[in-house]
Amino acid sequence: MAFLEVKGIEKSFGTVQVLRKIDFSLEKGEVISIIGSSGSGKTTLLRCLNFLERPDKGSIIVNNEVIFDAMDPATQRESEVRKKRLHFGLVFQNFNLFPQYTVLKNVTLAAELLAKERPDFKQNKKAILKEIQDRGKMLLSQVGLSDKLDCYPHMISGGQQQRVAIARALALEPDILCFDEPTSALDPELTGEVLKVIRNLADRNTTMIIVTHEMDFARDVADRVIFMDGGVIVEQGHPQEVFGNPKEERTKQFLARYKKD
Amino acid sequence: MVIAFGSMSRFRPLRWVVRTFVWIIRGTPLMLQLIVIFFGPGLLNMPFSWPSGESGRFVAATVAFIINYACYFSEIYRGGIESIPVGQYEAGQVLGMKKGQIFFHVTLLQVIKRIVPPIGNEVITLVKDTSLARIIANKEIIMMAGEYTNKGLIWPLFATGIYFLVFGGVLTVLLDWVEKKLSYFRV
Repeated sequence: MAFLEVKGIEKSFGTVQVLRKIDFSLEKGEVISIIGSSGSGKTTLLRCLNFLERPDKGSIIVNNEVIFDAMDPATQRESEVRKKRLHFGLVFQNFNLFPQYTVLKNVTLAAELLAKERPDFKQNKKAILKEIQDRGKMLLSQVGLSDKLDCYPHMISGGQQQRVAIARALALEPDILCFDEPTSALDPELTGEVLKVIRNLADRNTTMIIVTHEMDFARDVADRVIFMDGGVIVEQGHPQEVFGNPKEERTKQFLARYKKD
Repeated sequence: MVIAFGSMSRFRPLRWVVRTFVWIIRGTPLMLQLIVIFFGPGLLNMPFSWPSGESGRFVAATVAFIINYACYFSEIYRGGIESIPVGQYEAGQVLGMKKGQIFFHVTLLQVIKRIVPPIGNEVITLVKDTSLARIIANKEIIMMAGEYTNKGLIWPLFATGIYFLVFGGVLTVLLDWVEKKLSYFRV
């Protein structure tokens, strides 16, 4: 049994079916890139994994635990969902940092709120908060932002904001980190610094699912590439195979269009 | 605030009732509401009545102002809350926060920052609208000045104007201060 099993996910918005029977699996430490044209359902798939959308059919299993099953309402209760979504982290296309907090506070806020629910929080308050602070600082130095701890989001560049968002997602130690087109809202000269951070994470065996339009990056960093079109997985496999020798006609067309640009 | 949440409720009947109430209060003159609230209970033979004398008039006027302005304020709150990008809520959700935590720790301060200017407008209008309380014979400031006019003096009326100006000025300074306090971040 793979670490993550996605089985038969389907999702419609009104009469438009966005996802049709999506099946895939992911091993611990593996990096998957999802490519495909806009509207192919990539983002919706990530949003389903993070419980921002509720699939109409199918199930999601992490580490042998069924965290979502469309047939079983018990897996969809608000209180359950809140805990289970912590299996996944999500980095958004447009960062969504909290503007009123410093860079460091952005990273530590969620962990602090979660810590308050711990039974031993009152006794060990200082130690716990100190630990969260230290971890936040460590993560920010990992993404190269040690000198920006006290800045507010509007004071730093888009690339730096996205690196803060990555540190924020890592703060809760998710099993699987998802990226939704992390560089699409950035100037070309800023994408490099973000991709470098993601590549570092891949080198540390972080389990990741990356939706991206950066084909070269997808090819370099991923252990496996999934090509989606029209709400289905058309083709998946080793990057060299999918990019170098695509089997499906639709994959060939898509990649040909990219090469022209 | 309660009215604002009511008008955003996912429970349709509640939302419908609250929005109709807001429509009625905002759609009718404040002066009419003052009269209805003060004379209504007596004319309709309700068991309830306002305390007699000056204090009753004052309480009735206060109640009318509160109801009226609560409706205007609720719409400002609603506008402020709904103007926060959905990504802020989603970022909170993905980080495992509860709804209440997202509201208090993520969106509230952003909402406050956005609604300070329109709230300022309403507060200053409220100060000036108090002069409407004369309709139910509350001794408000212009009415008192008016009594002097009957005696042939115009200056007390000017004095009231200056009083309102000073009051408005103080509020403006106060609101500017709040805005400045919140200018350390951008939404």
